[in-house]
Amino acid sequence: MDSALALHRFHFAFTITFHYLFVQLTLGLALLIFILKTMALRTGNEHYNDTARFWAKIFAVNFALGVVTGIPMEFQFGTNWSRFSKAAGGVIGHTLGMEGLYSFFLESSFLGLLIFGEKIMGRVGHWFSALAVWVGSWLSGYLIVATDAWMQRPVGYELGPHGEIILNSWSALIFNDWAAWQFMHTILGGVVTGCFAMASLGAFYLLMGKHQDYGRTFLRVSVTTGLLATLLVAFPTGDQQGALVARHQGPTLAAMEGHFETGPAAPMAILGQPDVEQRRLDNPFVLPGVLSMIVHKRWDAEVRGLDAFPKENWPDNIPLLFYSFHIMVGLGTIFIAIMGLSALQLWRGKLFTFKPLLWALLLAMPLPYVANTAGWMTAEVGRQPWLIYGLMRTTAGFSNRVSSGNAMFTLFGFMGIYSVLLMLGLFLIWREIEHGPGSAPAAH
Amino acid sequence: MLPVIWFCIVAVMVAMYVVLDGFDLGAGIVHLGVARTDRERRAVIKSIGPVWDGNEVWLLAGGGALYFAFPALYASSFSGFYLPLMMVLWLLILRGISVEFRNHIDNPVWKPLWDTVFCFSSGLLAIFFGVALGNVVRGVPLDASGEFFLPLWTDWLPGPNPGILDWYTILVGLFAFFTLTQHGALWVAYKTENGVRTRARRIARLSWFAVAAFTVLVTVVSFRIQPQLSRSFAAMPVGFVFPLLALAGLTGAFLFWSRQEDLKAFVSSAVFVIGMLTSVVFGVFPYVLPANTDPALSLTIHNASAPAYGLRIGLIWFAPGMALAASYSVFLYRKFAGKVQLEEGGY
Repeated sequence: MDSALALHRFHFAFTITFHYLFVQLTLGLALLIFILKTMALRTGNEHYNDTARFWAKIFAVNFALGVVTGIPMEFQFGTNWSRFSKAAGGVIGHTLGMEGLYSFFLESSFLGLLIFGEKIMGRVGHWFSALAVWVGSWLSGYLIVATDAWMQRPVGYELGPHGEIILNSWSALIFNDWAAWQFMHTILGGVVTGCFAMASLGAFYLLMGKHQDYGRTFLRVSVTTGLLATLLVAFPTGDQQGALVARHQGPTLAAMEGHFETGPAAPMAILGQPDVEQRRLDNPFVLPGVLSMIVHKRWDAEVRGLDAFPKENWPDNIPLLFYSFHIMVGLGTIFIAIMGLSALQLWRGKLFTFKPLLWALLLAMPLPYVANTAGWMTAEVGRQPWLIYGLMRTTAGFSNRVSSGNAMFTLFGFMGIYSVLLMLGLFLIWREIEHGPGSAPAAH
Repeated sequence: MLPVIWFCIVAVMVAMYVVLDGFDLGAGIVHLGVARTDRERRAVIKSIGPVWDGNEVWLLAGGGALYFAFPALYASSFSGFYLPLMMVLWLLILRGISVEFRNHIDNPVWKPLWDTVFCFSSGLLAIFFGVALGNVVRGVPLDASGEFFLPLWTDWLPGPNPGILDWYTILVGLFAFFTLTQHGALWVAYKTENGVRTRARRIARLSWFAVAAFTVLVTVVSFRIQPQLSRSFAAMPVGFVFPLLALAGLTGAFLFWSRQEDLKAFVSSAVFVIGMLTSVVFGVFPYVLPANTDPALSLTIHNASAPAYGLRIGLIWFAPGMALAASYSVFLYRKFAGKVQLEEGGY
């Protein structure tokens, strides 16, 4: 592969993966904070307000890191992917532009009020600020996902006389069916991260014997929401997302499953290592017929393998795609089990004293990050070798005037700055955790 | 007609960005100078704390509008100005973090560190934005495919082999620095009391003289560097309304400063910024990125814009979005109006 292309790809992958670490937590916490503010408003109990205020502090640190690492993303479309931007900017510029106008302003204005304005806004006004931040952050998520969805499944365009991509239906772009499912799947992934973060901290407080009242509230809210979210993330959203891949990206689905040869009663791989040279799955552990069932709703249906597609249309990193997909699905299953058990124990009134499960919740905290990152990699690596599926190859989209040396320089720059950010972010969040909810010191 | 409308929209959004984020950048520049104690520094930070993030959104929203209305311009300029843009991003990151994180920990290493980062990143950003404007006025070596790549510097001359930095763009960079220093100092004076206000007013006065001198210098030099400027004003003398606006703003800033009317002085400074920016935009029009090699290769609003359908439908979603965004801004500024009160702390 061209070294400049490889660097531009890694540049984008690195900055967006890092950015998404903060975003997925804020997507989840925005909802959870809104739930807490609603409970506070309905019960009039100051305890819920304290809880919301505590999570708003953690939210604010994450949000700040999400914002500062998000600004480079919009720039990079132009700086590192200029030929793509020139060709497709007239289309996806709509979703990106709307994100700026409709969601950034909403989020940033009301976050200021959520953090600084509790006294001046009053009870209902402050609740409304939490609502606005939640709506803003999810709207932002939708518009970004719609941008990606158009690259996965281009719709609402026509090709001009010189092959230029011209938008001809704005509503098709906005209401892309791929965007709808991918958004719900992605957003629920964020809610899972938020719930595990809150549950983990709740478990931590209970195991530590500190801030126990708050720990119990954290667990009640997060386990209830978490059970719902972990179930919905798999079905129907994950299932439908898979169906879209099967319908529109045949080689991607085959590569995700390590399915090299077309045949009836296609198995679903649970474990294995795809061997692209030999065109087979090493050490396979498979469920026969399940892939046929998932894709065509029939046990004996034929599913096209990679052999049904020209090799130049195969994803260019099949093992990475296979592992990302399987890690995501595997962890998703574990999340359902943990949240299911926790919900059961919560309902029986035994969760707060059941130490093994508290430990499991505590330690599971990083796993949703892994699952969400793997999920994004599945989507993005799966789209290869296309930048816009079926329309523009990745090799045709990067900024060819920006040399590999310059791309490497800025990549190292981002790596350096982001390492510092991660350290600071973790340090500040740890301080908030140690301090705990309750009395609110003036942070700003 | 549609490209002209979108060109005006993008120009207005950029102007909004410079006026709004301009004052918080300026507050950053004067931060170390006007505020001595921790309490004073908290006051300066608090004067921009609730709003700086929203101000910066104008950059992103303006970028978004540029992206879909003029994709060829976006692609060409962002890849061509690759290195300085990346540095702008790093500075924006450092600055954002310093505002957000400063007050989290009360200790003698943490706060001075972020105060310094805040001050330097704000100052450098002001200079970089000025340099960027200088590059656009001077023109860049566009090739037949509408692309270019500029190194950071070559021989420091705005001649046939330009770099991002040359004596002309540095001059514009310094002009931007003094302009935003004045702008930020007037904002801080308006939002604070006692010692901070006195010192901010003093800095505003000093920078006013620098701004006035640089206005004359940069204007004269720009007309020599970019002949399109004189052509534009000669073809449509009505355009002189923009430089007159700038002049009125500059005069107003001085007069209202003398009368101790901080808010009016700040608004005058904003008028000056808007007047200067619109003068440049008018002067360069219909170019959006002039080529300094062959004028025929320049990007204009016509050859860089997206097709009509997209521009038309864009207006439909843009209008209500803009109204909403403007109303949040107004609401937010009203909520935090008046002098900074340190007692009612956020969290």
